[in-house]
Amino acid sequence: MSMVSERSSLIPADVAGGSLAFGSSSDAPGRGEGGPTSKSIVVSFGFWIFLLSDIVMFSAFFAAFQVVAGNATVPAPHLDMSNLTIETICLLVSSFLCGIASLGAAARNLLLMEAGLLLTGILGAAFLFLEIHEFAGLIAAHQGPADGAFYSAFFALVGCHGLHVTAGLLWLGTMMAQIFAKGFRQDMLRRLACFSLFWHALDIIWVAIFSLVYLARFTP
Amino acid sequence: MSGNGIADGASRARDKAPGLSLDVGESFGKGVQSYLIGFVLAVWLTGASFWVVQTNVIYGPAVPAALVALAVAQMGIHLVFFLHITTGPDNTNNVLALAFGVLIVCLVIFGSLWIMTNLNHNMIPMKDMLNMQR
Repeated sequence: MSMVSERSSLIPADVAGGSLAFGSSSDAPGRGEGGPTSKSIVVSFGFWIFLLSDIVMFSAFFAAFQVVAGNATVPAPHLDMSNLTIETICLLVSSFLCGIASLGAAARNLLLMEAGLLLTGILGAAFLFLEIHEFAGLIAAHQGPADGAFYSAFFALVGCHGLHVTAGLLWLGTMMAQIFAKGFRQDMLRRLACFSLFWHALDIIWVAIFSLVYLARFTP
Repeated sequence: MSGNGIADGASRARDKAPGLSLDVGESFGKGVQSYLIGFVLAVWLTGASFWVVQTNVIYGPAVPAALVALAVAQMGIHLVFFLHITTGPDNTNNVLALAFGVLIVCLVIFGSLWIMTNLNHNMIPMKDMLNMQR
């Protein structure tokens, strides 16, 4: 079952690998010698740059929240510890299972990869459900985004993370369908690698949110 | 399973992309081990964060500092065990990009907090401001 396509190879492997060393001893690609860096590395590195700039954007929301929360005159929302615990566990376990799914893809094990992605998606959806439930409760208690700067900053920061999770779930469903239909092609594997980076990065942002926003600022 | 389909040059590359390499030949057992270590450490640090706010063992004003320390530690665990960012020579590009990102994040957050605190100090207190308007 040869599902790996040769399509993405525009240059012969021996040139890309640097066996035709152009008068140099180094065969490291991407350093001006030995041919261009492989596409899978360029794509993942580019996506890594995107993720870092996304984190820079989140840092602006964090700064706004910290400034506003430090001067807040309105009461902070009541911290629902069990809700926050379940949300955190959902996202952490889903990040772990996303890693297992990429290991399944590296082993070219379709069942393991699809099962890992499915469980990742279910836990992500559970997280999103709990977050929307919490938002609805806050809005009903007149602590919604239109009820003061403190709540606006909170909803902007946590809601932005929630939007990222929503986009990640759509991407996850697309990856499951595409790899099921097209197999472990090189372009599919590159997309899956980017998705897994995205999902892990969302968990990193959630670590900052649950500890520095919820635990540090909300009254227990 | 065909293992020779990768004509991408990745198997012989000296640089590594962030994240797990999805090329054939990644050791499954070793990969699971890395994710399991990261998961256990992350759960432990998460538990510590939740414990810090509920216990009286830690001096009250030090709790935010403890939360920041635990959060930074957990982000490091995620970067190493989930995103596979290492200090190895094959990871120089990833680490440099990360360092630049961390620099900008620190500038934005601490810069904003510093400027806004300073502004607060230089403001007329709200009570005096209201008196002036009368």
